[in-house]
Amino acid sequence: MENRPLEYDYSVSKLFIYTSLGIGFVGMLVGVIIAWEMAFPAINTIFGDGAIAEYTNFSRLRVLHTDSVIYGFVLSGVWATWYYVGQRVLKVSMAESKTLMYVGYAHFWIYLFAAVVLVISLLMGITQSKEYAEFEWPLDLGITTVWLLWGASIAGLIGLRREKTLYISIWYYIATFLAVAMLHLLNNLAIPTYYASNGIGAWYHSVSMYAGTNDALVQWWFGHNAVAFVLTTPIIAMIYYFLPKESGQAIYSYKLSLLSFWGLMFIYLWAGGHHILFSTVPDWVQTLGSVFSVILILPSWGSAINMLLTMKGEWQQVASNPIIKFMVMGSTFYMFSTLEGPIQAIKSVNAIAHFTDWIIGHVHDGALGWVVFMIMGAVYHMIPRLYGREIYSKKIMATQFWIQTLGIVLYFTSMWIAGITQGMMWRAHDEFGNLAYSFIDTVTVLHPYFVIRAVGGTLYLIGFAMFIYNVVMTARNGRRVEASELHNTTPMAD
Amino acid sequence: MFHWLEKNPFFFALAVFATIAFAGLVEIIPNFAQSSRPLIGTTPYSTLELAGRHVYIKNSCNACHSQLIRPFKSETDRYGDYSLSGEYAYDRPFLWGSKRTGPDLMRVGNYRTTDWHENHMWDPEKVVPGTIMPAYRWMFVNNTDVDTAYAEMITVEKFFGVPYNKPVPMKDGSTKTIKMADTLHQARKDALAEARIIVKDMKHQDVIDAVEVGRIPEIVALIAYMNSLK
Repeated sequence: MENRPLEYDYSVSKLFIYTSLGIGFVGMLVGVIIAWEMAFPAINTIFGDGAIAEYTNFSRLRVLHTDSVIYGFVLSGVWATWYYVGQRVLKVSMAESKTLMYVGYAHFWIYLFAAVVLVISLLMGITQSKEYAEFEWPLDLGITTVWLLWGASIAGLIGLRREKTLYISIWYYIATFLAVAMLHLLNNLAIPTYYASNGIGAWYHSVSMYAGTNDALVQWWFGHNAVAFVLTTPIIAMIYYFLPKESGQAIYSYKLSLLSFWGLMFIYLWAGGHHILFSTVPDWVQTLGSVFSVILILPSWGSAINMLLTMKGEWQQVASNPIIKFMVMGSTFYMFSTLEGPIQAIKSVNAIAHFTDWIIGHVHDGALGWVVFMIMGAVYHMIPRLYGREIYSKKIMATQFWIQTLGIVLYFTSMWIAGITQGMMWRAHDEFGNLAYSFIDTVTVLHPYFVIRAVGGTLYLIGFAMFIYNVVMTARNGRRVEASELHNTTPMAD
Repeated sequence: MFHWLEKNPFFFALAVFATIAFAGLVEIIPNFAQSSRPLIGTTPYSTLELAGRHVYIKNSCNACHSQLIRPFKSETDRYGDYSLSGEYAYDRPFLWGSKRTGPDLMRVGNYRTTDWHENHMWDPEKVVPGTIMPAYRWMFVNNTDVDTAYAEMITVEKFFGVPYNKPVPMKDGSTKTIKMADTLHQARKDALAEARIIVKDMKHQDVIDAVEVGRIPEIVALIAYMNSLK
């Protein structure tokens, strides 16, 4: 027993991987559909303008796109890696504890059930309208349950661990758990109207505990940090594990990891105010939001630079190994996106950028370039180790990488131009001091950029479909390999 | 210290939580009470307006339309006075939005009319050539959920002291009282009475007939809400 390598149990990890692929595809497909709807509005009523139009309309689908990608695809991906990385860096197998296995399965199945209910409820238009927190209270309770089960899994694995020192990835998973719990609970405080009125109206409806300006402030404190702690910290947790593993390189600097982690924790939560600049929230909150957003460059770039320098002396791997390509490109997009964000948070820039497509572009260069690339890199690293098989096709990976990179570039460049064009046109005055453009002028001018964006999104989706195919074929048909081949660089067939 | 924390997960988690938790408190609490105060002239939503607000939310209108006029000349020229905090005192949830695919609607009641909305929601392209807004024809068929709006009125009055059935001060020194019914039955009648006023300016025969027999299509409630945005 003593010297035998641990047999890790990856059954929960596998479930989450497949969920991530499935919901990821659907969520991105919905995104592509609504992108085409913006370019060609007739698609809204492609199945006629009767009863079904309600469910093919942009406004219903947009919420479905954001929430299924963030909470369906990304969270599944995060948990797939947690149930893989957690065991390995803590040196403990899930199989050692029946309870932990039950917790893992309960976590997955309740999550999947909640995801299905969520999709149906959003299509029906059951929403409290707060961005990324659209779900009504019954679903909020479901989400809380799922989250606590994940917490139980973290606490359980840590409790049983053999490796006493927590590896950097674990720091980020813990931070993700704590912050999202806090944000979710405080932002969703609401009173169910059915019970407050002794049984009148819809049972699932509720009314927010906060009104107007306060509601906006709490919501964007949530909204900004949901981005931080769902789309950033768990992804950093991944790269700290998978990049060194795949490249066989040690993390460049422990001190830089420390600085970036604690810096990110401290600074991020202040920056939410940049979503509501020039609004009715107090000026000092807006200024704080702006200033902290700029400071945020430091810890963000700290992590990214730490990752890039980890590749020092081994840059040939970027050329030879597509998994490393995904991760290095991911880090690069992370740097790009965390510079762009602070620029948009500067008040004078925000005056033009806010409410425009530039913000949509910013979200997507971060999401597509950093988050999805990193999750795909992680899955490509894990799959051969979960099944003892080599990657089905390296060619597909390399092709997919370039198709998707092209997709991202088309996406953000078109949205830059669209956003700045519209922002400038809104504020333009003619020589007599009248507004130079009516609103509709500023919409029709965007048509070509909407088309380019939709093409970019479609390319990205095609790449994602190739990814799914490659993963499934690896699990089913990849050549079997020995454990000794799985230490660092993932084996892949041409 | 950091090495020690990394070996003691409980204290590590505690330290992380302390680091992330207080920023929110510092930003949200100091102005909380002040930000909750209504502006003079701001009234709570009536039954049908609130039901219309729910239709607005149900269809995520806020995904493309903001309700926040920023203090720039270009915005006040286009949309009217810039927004003040007290105007939102009865907005639960707030509906500022984060994207203006379409124009701001904060004061749309000042410059659009019932028949404009009716035509526009039925066929946007006919009213605004070149628009990318889709039609919302199901709103002319689906019924408004007045009951839930009434339940919400009871809730906000009970928990947040929203002044229903109380005189609310107006800008010209007068007062205005927004009625909340005593019973559900009465609330439905109140909503219908509001709907009757709206449909006077509408031309869709199906909608007019529906209101005639006591049904309120969603479009009527939505227009009541739009008209209240001033």
